[in-house]
Amino acid sequence: MSLTTIAVIAALKVIVFLGAVLTGCAWATWLERKLVGHFQHRMGPSYAGPYGLLQPIADAIKLIFKEDFMPDGAEKIMYTLAPMIAFIPALLSFAVIPFGDEVTIMGQQIDLVISDLNIGILFIFAVTSLGVYGIVLAGWSSGSKYSLLGGIRSSAQMISYEIAYGLSIIGVILVAGTLSMKELVVQQASFFDWFIFRQPVGFVLFVICAIAETNRAPFDLPEAESELVAGYHTEYSSMKFAMFFIGEYANMIAVACIATTIFLGGWQGPLFPPVVWFAIKVFLFMCFYVWLRATLPRFRYDQLMNFGWKALFPLALLNTMVTALLKTIG
Amino acid sequence: MLEVLIFYFSALVAIAGAVLMIVQRNPVASVLYLILSLAAQAVLYIQLSALFIGALLIIVYAGAILVLFLFVIMLLNLRGEHFEDKGPRLGRATKYALSVLFFAEFVVIIKELAFTERAGMLAAETAADFGGVEPVAELLYTKYLYPFELTSVLLLVAVVGAVLMAKREKTARQEDI
Repeated sequence: MSLTTIAVIAALKVIVFLGAVLTGCAWATWLERKLVGHFQHRMGPSYAGPYGLLQPIADAIKLIFKEDFMPDGAEKIMYTLAPMIAFIPALLSFAVIPFGDEVTIMGQQIDLVISDLNIGILFIFAVTSLGVYGIVLAGWSSGSKYSLLGGIRSSAQMISYEIAYGLSIIGVILVAGTLSMKELVVQQASFFDWFIFRQPVGFVLFVICAIAETNRAPFDLPEAESELVAGYHTEYSSMKFAMFFIGEYANMIAVACIATTIFLGGWQGPLFPPVVWFAIKVFLFMCFYVWLRATLPRFRYDQLMNFGWKALFPLALLNTMVTALLKTIG
Repeated sequence: MLEVLIFYFSALVAIAGAVLMIVQRNPVASVLYLILSLAAQAVLYIQLSALFIGALLIIVYAGAILVLFLFVIMLLNLRGEHFEDKGPRLGRATKYALSVLFFAEFVVIIKELAFTERAGMLAAETAADFGGVEPVAELLYTKYLYPFELTSVLLLVAVVGAVLMAKREKTARQEDI
């Protein structure tokens, strides 16, 4: 392959994957509203198009034409930068997620991952740990009490859960002996090799911490509407608000992709092509997210902190120790 | 060619970020410039094919420690005006002396690392994957085991100290009531 071909293929991959993810984000909002609607015996969005399927497009048009408002007391530069800082790390993590096996298109062997780094998992943790800055800065720069409280809550919450989040996958890394996402998928070829069976505690920890990291119900304290209006994005409107919104859904999809890759066998599966299996698993995980939101009430703040530090963190340490012991013994 | 361009760009951003961090009045802006500088340094590490160290720099410093910094700044609600007209803590002579001392140290280190034969030797000693997971782990757990374990003791002391301070404040407040 010549250098030009490699560059063109890489560029195409980035465009196609980002397009797929952003489209997925738009229709994830539809999925959430529809599912929550049915959970609560409502219809959900149903006017725009069949089954309300065109609702995301209507929403997008509405958001673009809304007034872009900036409060008087805001720190202007950071107020503008914050949504971007929240939005970009959410998309970066998709760079190392393998969406499928190698395919041959027009005589070219193409790997369905943008970049198979040998420290793939660490890369994901590095970029997702930066997402908190967007929220914190949005809260700080808005010049509003509610926003500030939302931002402070968010930073405390993310610091607390990030430790257990990182530790939850150490078990998998110990068992697999690799940090490459692609290699992890290859090791889960048969059903019972999936890391969800080999690291069940790790999986439960991962899911709980991931929900806290993405600020989703029941851990959505930073935007608790009953006490903080809307938390860190109270003062935001128009496309700046939309960037927070899309960023949150991109983070959810990223977590679903990571869980699929690390614990649920990635693109492995019988009959259907790998990409289809990957999409099915991610879709089911997203439904699980929405299901949790519709079922569980929000935690109180001190409960959230106690749970993170006194339950999840020791459990994650214990899981790491036991896994390391078992690995050393045999 | 591209590599050289990336190197000079990241080096420039790293230094500019560090300088801008010092000259800010606003502490939040300082933190942000420090993050920028760290990100540029991570790029430099990655250019040296030390992917692991680059990722660690982002995860540990940008992702955890500086979030805590920002948290504290926001909690105390520090703005630029808190740092104005406090009067000098150190005398002017001490300030200049310290600046000269640090600059001299800086020059010596640069000279030692970049412009002597040792630089070539250092480059030759390091393996191609010196910044990977395994080489770093091997050094940490063999050659530098004692310093590494001592660091953990240091952290433990800090944790105990933090707990003690938090407790003392609580009892003091209860006595007030």
